[in-house]
Amino acid sequence: MSEVFTVAVLVAVVASAIRLAVPLLLASLGETFGQRSGVLNLGVDGIMLLGAFTGYYAVLKTGNVWVGLLAGLVIGLFLGLASAVIAVTLKAEQGISGIGIYLFGLGMSDLLFQKLVGTPIPIDTFPQVDVPILSSIPYIGEMFFQHSMVIYLAFAAVPLAMFVINRTTFGMNIRAVGEYPEAADTLGVSVAGVRYATQLIGGSLAGGAGAVLAISLGIFQQNLTNGAGFIAIALVYFGAWRPMGVMAGALLFGFINALVLELKTLEIIPRDLSNLAAMAPAIITILVLAFAAGRFKAPAALTKPFTRGK
Amino acid sequence: MLEMKGITKRFPGVIANYRVDFDVYPGEVHTLLGENGAGKSTLMKVLYGLYPADEGTVLVDGAEVVLESPNDAIEHGIGMVHQHFMLVPTLTVAENVSLGLKSSRGFLTDLAAVSQKIDELSSQYGLDIDPSAYIWQLSVGERQRVEIIKALYRDARILILDEPTAVLTPQEVDQLFVTLRKLTDDGRGLIFISHKLHEVLALSTRITVLRLGEVTGQIPVEGATRESLATMMVGRSVKLKPDKLPSEPGEVELDISDLTVMGDRGLVAIDNLSLEVRRGEILGIAGVSGNGQRELAETIAGLRKAESGSITVGGVDVTGAHPKTVRKAGLAYVPEERMREGAIAGFNVWENLLLIDHGSKDFLRRGLFDFGAITDYAQGLVEAFDVRTPSIDTPCGSLSGGNIQKVIMARELSSSPTVLVASQPTRGVDIGAAEYIHRRLIDKRNVLTDAEFIQAKLIEHRNACTAILMISEDLDEVFGLADRIAVLYEGRIMDIVDPDTATREQVGLLMAGVEPETN
Repeated sequence: MSEVFTVAVLVAVVASAIRLAVPLLLASLGETFGQRSGVLNLGVDGIMLLGAFTGYYAVLKTGNVWVGLLAGLVIGLFLGLASAVIAVTLKAEQGISGIGIYLFGLGMSDLLFQKLVGTPIPIDTFPQVDVPILSSIPYIGEMFFQHSMVIYLAFAAVPLAMFVINRTTFGMNIRAVGEYPEAADTLGVSVAGVRYATQLIGGSLAGGAGAVLAISLGIFQQNLTNGAGFIAIALVYFGAWRPMGVMAGALLFGFINALVLELKTLEIIPRDLSNLAAMAPAIITILVLAFAAGRFKAPAALTKPFTRGK
Repeated sequence: MLEMKGITKRFPGVIANYRVDFDVYPGEVHTLLGENGAGKSTLMKVLYGLYPADEGTVLVDGAEVVLESPNDAIEHGIGMVHQHFMLVPTLTVAENVSLGLKSSRGFLTDLAAVSQKIDELSSQYGLDIDPSAYIWQLSVGERQRVEIIKALYRDARILILDEPTAVLTPQEVDQLFVTLRKLTDDGRGLIFISHKLHEVLALSTRITVLRLGEVTGQIPVEGATRESLATMMVGRSVKLKPDKLPSEPGEVELDISDLTVMGDRGLVAIDNLSLEVRRGEILGIAGVSGNGQRELAETIAGLRKAESGSITVGGVDVTGAHPKTVRKAGLAYVPEERMREGAIAGFNVWENLLLIDHGSKDFLRRGLFDFGAITDYAQGLVEAFDVRTPSIDTPCGSLSGGNIQKVIMARELSSSPTVLVASQPTRGVDIGAAEYIHRRLIDKRNVLTDAEFIQAKLIEHRNACTAILMISEDLDEVFGLADRIAVLYEGRIMDIVDPDTATREQVGLLMAGVEPETN
């Protein structure tokens, strides 16, 4: 047993945890914006799936991974717009409408894949970019500084999100609208405008997260995300609606996934139990959420549509 | 400086404002007076761009303006201090003030500059507010000052104050009035909405009275009296102080000793409190909201856990008991949150009347509802309590606040309780309805008053000699009804005074936490 936990294994697990965390992190950051403004989008997983397919298909056709990422972001933007129309303008029940978006994304991504691609063809993946000097530090370099550019960008998005939420007028409007939209409205802040903006941010980040997932794996298949979008929503709660918390959650889940994968590869977990082990992230999600429940307050207006003068 | 002409606003089935004219001159306080539902708030929401008017025009400085959103109103120098504060609790004072304004630093917030201007306004008008404090940390009075600063920061020349005194202690009201006078000295025009007549008389320059959406009179404050204003509001003469005979308290029915209760935030809400309420008396609990009133009522009703201490109802120890057990011991409870806890909006009148007794044999036949018996019972209560409803099948949610409260009172009193806990029994209830509910509380205590209701009373209250604990933020109500007044401050009883000898100022000081002089 003890020889399994060598430094080499640990380094591999951490490096892999960081890679696995990134799609969750991006989708979760986007959802954080939405929820801070009072809109719950349960359709994240569906948007990720369509983003994943679009990204995959764009790379397949152009051979350029960045075109693929852009395609994922753009399709996510459109789906974010659709979510905003449903949740903000039509004031639909947010707990239900998101499920519709999820099912749409799940079905549509598979349909398009069957019609346009059929048999899976591997695509190029993001090239590894070693950070000069830092990547040559023993162990540390391999864990943190030998990744692709999107991974560095995703982690750079965390302080950026914090800055936007806490230091800009736009961020202040988001916080106000999510907490007490009536008050924001009486001061001339457009509640609908702010919520549309956060849905567009959330949608494009979810689409981008899907594209990152597909292009990192170099493949697409039915239900590629395997529920990652739902974990991303759970991480927003886990992270108490704060970018740093969300990042901690994404890394934790990335780590658990990486560990389970590694243990499977090393056949520490017997083959016939591997399905059981695959449930670990889900079980840990439930445990963590049960623990975190009620410790932090959700934005007061979360899931509540706004109507003036009511 | 402001003129509203012929404003009409219709809602489905109701005309909230009908051809209302209203104007404001610089440097005056023009009061808008009327019962709840008279259309005061609607008129002000039209002025602040929250509701579009169906007819009529608004002129600012003689020029017609279009007010389609609060932004338009702000642009024309109209500010509003809302009755329910429009402040985001999780943001700071400076953030709340700067919300919706262009920042001097582009897309970055400019809280330092905003804070500085807040400090200037604070010292100029004696408002005393720390710009970096979070709203949730502030008292109600401080929050109101933030609302005023918000309007001043936007250069409001016309300031609407929607029932600003409802939540303040008498001392805070005095402080507010000092600030308001400074504002009028600057040439600003104030619109003051209230139904507290003595405040209206103290502050106003002119008074416009609305009833059922129409202006029933506009008079200068000189020559107006409380009685004349009340008559204009209600349309008939009103007794401002209910008649009552002196109380003859009997044995102790509600006994609270050394009670300590935690609030929602985990802080002590009720601090080692002891109280006795005797049969045949009304003990009024006065105090500014948030000093433990809700926690006290909920704990007595069995809805909140006591940390220590005991509660007995009718001699039975009910500390920590299930609400059902507490009710069995003889407690009736009229909760503060009428629509959330007192009645179910989607249920109709008879269903709400039956909420407690639906398992009783009187209303069941072979396990199913006996609609004949239920209809008789509900109809009887509706008549006895003068509930104005089209029928007993009308959903409670579509009744007025006063009528919903009468439904709740009917249900609670129908069980002939030993102890009644009534929280804010008339808050948000029209004076007409309030007058009725007051009368009812007194009837309950003493069967021999008010010939008008003798019949209903004889049947309904034949066993009655209830001990009543009435929690109210309305000092008029406490003074008018209570036989003893206990003042609650930070979960403790500051003192218990006799309403016949105590003054409002004395009670006001106790409400603000000033210890009584011992001599």
